[in-house]
Amino acid sequence: MDIYSILFWVLSVMAVGCALGVILSRNPVNSVLFLILTFVAISGHYILMNAQFLAVVNMIVYAGAIMVLFLFVIMLMNLNADVEPQKGQMVQLAGVISGGVLFLIILAALKTAATIEVNPTSTDIGLIGNLGKVLFKQYILPFEISSVLFLSAMIGAVVIGKKEPGQDLPRSEEKAVQQ
Amino acid sequence: MLLLQIDTALIIEKAILISVILMGSLGVAMYATWAERKVAAIMQDRLGPNRAGPFGLFQPLADGLKLFFKEEIIPDRSTRFIFILGPCLAMLTATMTSAVLPWGPDVEMFGRTVSLQVADINIGILFVFGVVSLGVYGVMLGGWASNNKFSLLSSIRAASQAISYELAMGISLIALLMMTGSLSLKDIVEQQHGFWHDGYFTWNFFKQPLGFFIFLICAFAELNRAPFDLPECESELNMGYHQEYSSMKLGFYLFAEYINMFISSAIISTLFFGGYNFPFMDKVQAAVPGGVFALACVGALMTKVVCMILFFMFIRWTLPRFRYDQLMKLGWRTLIPLALVNMLVTGAVILFTMENPKPSEKKTTEQIETELKKAQAYNGKVN
Repeated sequence: MDIYSILFWVLSVMAVGCALGVILSRNPVNSVLFLILTFVAISGHYILMNAQFLAVVNMIVYAGAIMVLFLFVIMLMNLNADVEPQKGQMVQLAGVISGGVLFLIILAALKTAATIEVNPTSTDIGLIGNLGKVLFKQYILPFEISSVLFLSAMIGAVVIGKKEPGQDLPRSEEKAVQQ
Repeated sequence: MLLLQIDTALIIEKAILISVILMGSLGVAMYATWAERKVAAIMQDRLGPNRAGPFGLFQPLADGLKLFFKEEIIPDRSTRFIFILGPCLAMLTATMTSAVLPWGPDVEMFGRTVSLQVADINIGILFVFGVVSLGVYGVMLGGWASNNKFSLLSSIRAASQAISYELAMGISLIALLMMTGSLSLKDIVEQQHGFWHDGYFTWNFFKQPLGFFIFLICAFAELNRAPFDLPECESELNMGYHQEYSSMKLGFYLFAEYINMFISSAIISTLFFGGYNFPFMDKVQAAVPGGVFALACVGALMTKVVCMILFFMFIRWTLPRFRYDQLMKLGWRTLIPLALVNMLVTGAVILFTMENPKPSEKKTTEQIETELKKAQAYNGKVN
């Protein structure tokens, strides 16, 4: 057992354990914290494969920005364990069965899928310079299309978030309450 | 038994370096609290701390001792684990960033080349961003776990402020990174060697002045310092996210803030003011032995850092606090468009003045292409 496989096992156990924590913990804030730890473990896996850029971007975007927004919403809505609706046993059983079936299908699909063999210790394809060259030479079209997709999503968010002229939501609601 | 092949000398060397940097940043942060009070006093025509020791120099020790001996109170209705986790996270993220900063040039010592940088990773500046983006959790979790509405409001303010200003900060840095062509902080520092080269300054401040100002403003906002100290604005939120904290947990929050100030001063010096480089360093290097030269370099960096910290303090005691909508407007409507324009102009200038790509770069592209072809061929076989 070399240092590489020791790190691999530690990170794997951490990733799976924290992922289980996400779905098993009652308090949504704890779930979010477990999810952040899962991201940290996955970033660790990226570093083991020498993909430092992916690891750090995973931390910045998912753990740093998206999860902060998640936490934000949970704190503002004050979701707690006792507020969470309790589901019946039949619903839980149905969830377990459908989830298990989905897992089986994914497993079957992955079993026959072709994978690119990457030597984890010697490749430097994940370093930022090489990654940029591949993205902007080989995959320039998909890259640009996805950036246009992001742009349209951004504009959509701005349009939805924008107040319409003459609309003053909080006060009209107040009036409605008073009446 | 596990047989791990580890370079013991390297481990010892890094352990010493890490402890020196950690102790150094704690020490600087400690005396930054003293300096802040002295600066405030001088600017307001007062004396400031002058009882403990000469010029009040033992004041930080007395403060620390006081915090340690205060009663530890954990509110009854708080979420206990997360309440304790908050200050720990704040401290952890504050001290982690120093790992990728180059504190000085390589030194020859006991027949080894010792690097005065804990880890020279090729994405150094992105690592800093990653840690900074995690830094907001300390404040957020602490404020939420206190179960106090002022704390919660303050932590939500802190989070939205941090996220908004991280954007402008990142975009202003892209312009700089386009010029340096590297994310490694060591490369960035080495490109700013000396002070004057080929008829122009080598320091990035003179190449990216607008980028520097945007970065500086965002650094103020990220540090939660005046004029952007809305998360702890006393007049609106009593005390802010650490209202329920007492004893050393409160101390950790306050201390983490000063460590962050030290580290971000070091980052600004490294990115824009040449890091450990100083004018006429080649002549100095030729005249004195290597160890002395390295010390001079570290001294130059520290001088820049201290100047930066003093600048942070002058601003704090000069400008009034922003209102919250002004803060958001400044971030989203002024700084981000400005940073985007800066990036576009920089890109255009680089495009029109660029030399032909070097042969070494061409080679790596070809290597990648062959590697990809190999992978595709392999795929074809499997299918």
